Amino acid sequence: MRAVIALPFVWLGVFFLLPFALVLAIALGTNAPDSVPPVELGFSLKNFTLLFTDDLYLAAWLTSLRIAATSTIVTLLLGYPMAYAIARAAPERRPLLLMLVVLPFWTSFLIRVYAWMGLLDENGLLNQFLRWSGLAANPTTILGTDWAILLGIVYAYLPFMVLPLYATLEKLDTGLLEAAADLGARPIAAFLTITLPLSLPGVVAGCLLVFIPAVGEFVIPDLLGGTQTLMIGKVLWDEFFTNADWPIASAVAICLLVLLVGPIALFQRQQARSLERHR
Amino acid sequence: MIGRARFAFTMLGFGYAFLYLPLALVMFYSFNESRMVTVWGGFSTKWWSALFANEAMLRAAWLSLRIAAVSATLAAVIGLAAGYALARARNFPGRSLFGSLVIAPMVMPEVVMGISMLLLFVGSERLFGGPDRGFLTITLAHVTFSISFVAIIVQARLADFDRSLEEAAMDLGATPWVTFRTVTLPLIAPTVGSGWLLAFTLSLDDLILTQFVAGAQSQTLPMRVYSSVRLGVDPQINVLATVVVMVAACALVLSGWLTRRKA
Repeated sequence: MRAVIALPFVWLGVFFLLPFALVLAIALGTNAPDSVPPVELGFSLKNFTLLFTDDLYLAAWLTSLRIAATSTIVTLLLGYPMAYAIARAAPERRPLLLMLVVLPFWTSFLIRVYAWMGLLDENGLLNQFLRWSGLAANPTTILGTDWAILLGIVYAYLPFMVLPLYATLEKLDTGLLEAAADLGARPIAAFLTITLPLSLPGVVAGCLLVFIPAVGEFVIPDLLGGTQTLMIGKVLWDEFFTNADWPIASAVAICLLVLLVGPIALFQRQQARSLERHR
Repeated sequence: MIGRARFAFTMLGFGYAFLYLPLALVMFYSFNESRMVTVWGGFSTKWWSALFANEAMLRAAWLSLRIAAVSATLAAVIGLAAGYALARARNFPGRSLFGSLVIAPMVMPEVVMGISMLLLFVGSERLFGGPDRGFLTITLAHVTFSISFVAIIVQARLADFDRSLEEAAMDLGATPWVTFRTVTLPLIAPTVGSGWLLAFTLSLDDLILTQFVAGAQSQTLPMRVYSSVRLGVDPQINVLATVVVMVAACALVLSGWLTRRKA
């Protein structure tokens, strides 16, 4: 048993935990464009102060949080009824319905984001449809706006919302709902007092599974967003690859980590608790 | 109850349309004669021939497949150990840290993992002179984030596992290792198999982590696709998308079949 624990423990310690110490060390260093790697080690907090004083970074933080939060809510509003419907479908049909939700997750993330590029383009299929149907004579371009990023996140992360919601809704004892109905509760009241509270663990898990990665999302803002929309994951990428400024990119990574440590811990507790209950 | 369920089923239909319409259109336009991805110019398979004659794309795909096979296998072994430890070892020093380490890579933004793993490899290059960035570093990175996914499904499977068989084997004098090999492992093998498939898919699909740790020489399929899509829509990518969706559908059917066999 000791070896069974040690193998993953050591692996994750070396390849996951230890690197964060290095990121912190680099974040405290200074950029040295002429050396390889382009870093001079040291102890300076100026990268961090820059992150909190420069308008560009502040705007990027706020945009990331705003877009991630909005898209999490939209994903929840779409994912909840979907999970609910699957959980209420005939038991023999549930695996297929669930599989249809999961299938896109098994295809390429990049390709799913790419699919929206052709749809949202100025001469894209969505605008062609809007013109053809007369819904909008001069539709505006969606590609390159925050709306496109929002749509992309909802699209890409929907399966992550539906799965944990389904897991809690499926276990829901329908006898409780019948009892509520027998006692005269209207369906909406039964939903608000029974179904919703009991599915709360699924809601929390699903929201965190969408929100946490969405804050640091890079591919979606890069391909669907405009040049004026800066999300923090894209800022990190550009600092690293375009500007080759490793210390500032590391500082962004550290801040992102600190920002998300709360939600990640919450997710982990939720996960552990649901497995306890399972046992 | 009925009214609300009807609303939910309508939303479900809408959700499926939302999920599949974009993919269907991408697949449809892979047979487009026109170079413009949004204008239909008649049926043609020329982009299909173009993709399968695209040397750089094929080389990238081959590299990605090899990395995915190796990293999925390693991740399945380590993830199995991690899932087993989480489900069965209730108390050991550092258990809560261990639990966090197993789950965190699943939600960690990839840019953060990417930069941190690159710095690790740069550091080890300075200290030990290796490993060279490329196949090995990409594989190590992919294993690290795939472990979580395998561990979680193994742990969930073991949580509703009938332990009386294991206990019977132990009562009959089997050592824990023999019990694991002859009783536990055969029973959870389908789960480990679908964990392998998941790890394989995740590896095949990863862009961000790979871009950080790949170095200058290696280009995986997602890196190749990304550098092409950045410049705009490209009919060859539509062809690739069609292939990927078909393969994914097959893989999912296979994995569903594997999991159902446990019953």
